[in-house]
Amino acid sequence: MEAVLFFLAAIGATAGAIGVVALRNPFYAVLALIAHLFSLAVLFLLLTSAFVAAAQVVVYAGAVMVLYVFVVAYVGSDHEPLLDPVPGQRLFTGLLAFFLFVEISAAVLSSALKALGTHGPDVPAGFGDPAAIGTLLLEKFLVPFEASSILLLIAAVGAIVLAGRKRQQAGGGAVSSGHSAPKARPEGAAPPPVPPSHPVGAPK
Amino acid sequence: MNISWYIVLSALLFTIGAIGILVRRSPMVILLCLELMLNAGNLALVAFSREVGNAQGQVFALVVMVIAACEVVVGLGLIVAIFRRKLPLDVDDLRELRG
Repeated sequence: MEAVLFFLAAIGATAGAIGVVALRNPFYAVLALIAHLFSLAVLFLLLTSAFVAAAQVVVYAGAVMVLYVFVVAYVGSDHEPLLDPVPGQRLFTGLLAFFLFVEISAAVLSSALKALGTHGPDVPAGFGDPAAIGTLLLEKFLVPFEASSILLLIAAVGAIVLAGRKRQQAGGGAVSSGHSAPKARPEGAAPPPVPPSHPVGAPK
Repeated sequence: MNISWYIVLSALLFTIGAIGILVRRSPMVILLCLELMLNAGNLALVAFSREVGNAQGQVFALVVMVIAACEVVVGLGLIVAIFRRKLPLDVDDLRELRG
């Protein structure tokens, strides 16, 4: 039963990964990544790590992928050209990927890790459940936990600064001002005196 | 299932992500492939955590998820900024840091 579930999830994860790489429409690539993430959550459950699986589904497949879908819908999905401008790129990439796979597998499997060929030791019933992970996070790994929260805050502020709309003070119009604006200013920090006009003639 | 299977699967997923980063040219798809590679690393971390019977590796995997979320947020912010300046969303054309 476990083997069947493992192979089903492994096939799903691999198919999702290949879909991300091979599909030309970014929308479909995002959907393939969501399928990949769900398969990975099944694998995490098989490894008796329930909390990581739940976080994978909630955080990744829930929140991060919604962000992706919004940005794909905003930017639009223009299709890449099928032919690559660098001649022989696919061939070299395939060779490199094959050797990378062989090298990683050989490096790990031929190492001196004794328990690789086993199921791993028998673990108690509460292994990897939210209580155990929470205890670890708040007792042993308190400093990394707080540091990651600060990192998330910095990333959120950085994204607002990067993607916030910059407006010319004297330009008149909401067209993005190119690289002449000296300071990045998040949206809503300073309301411009001119009413925002839609550059592409959006319906009022 | 043996832990080796998980490790080999993780190596395979990492390799597929690396292929995507090398082949694709849309920055958004490259971010997606980066997610693939980070998730392959997560799978290896959780598998090793199961192998030694210690849940600390799962905390490591959670921290990797946090890093991936930060990377996605900043990367998508950059993509939106590039799109707003009417630059092409193609890593072959985006060679200069000077927008």
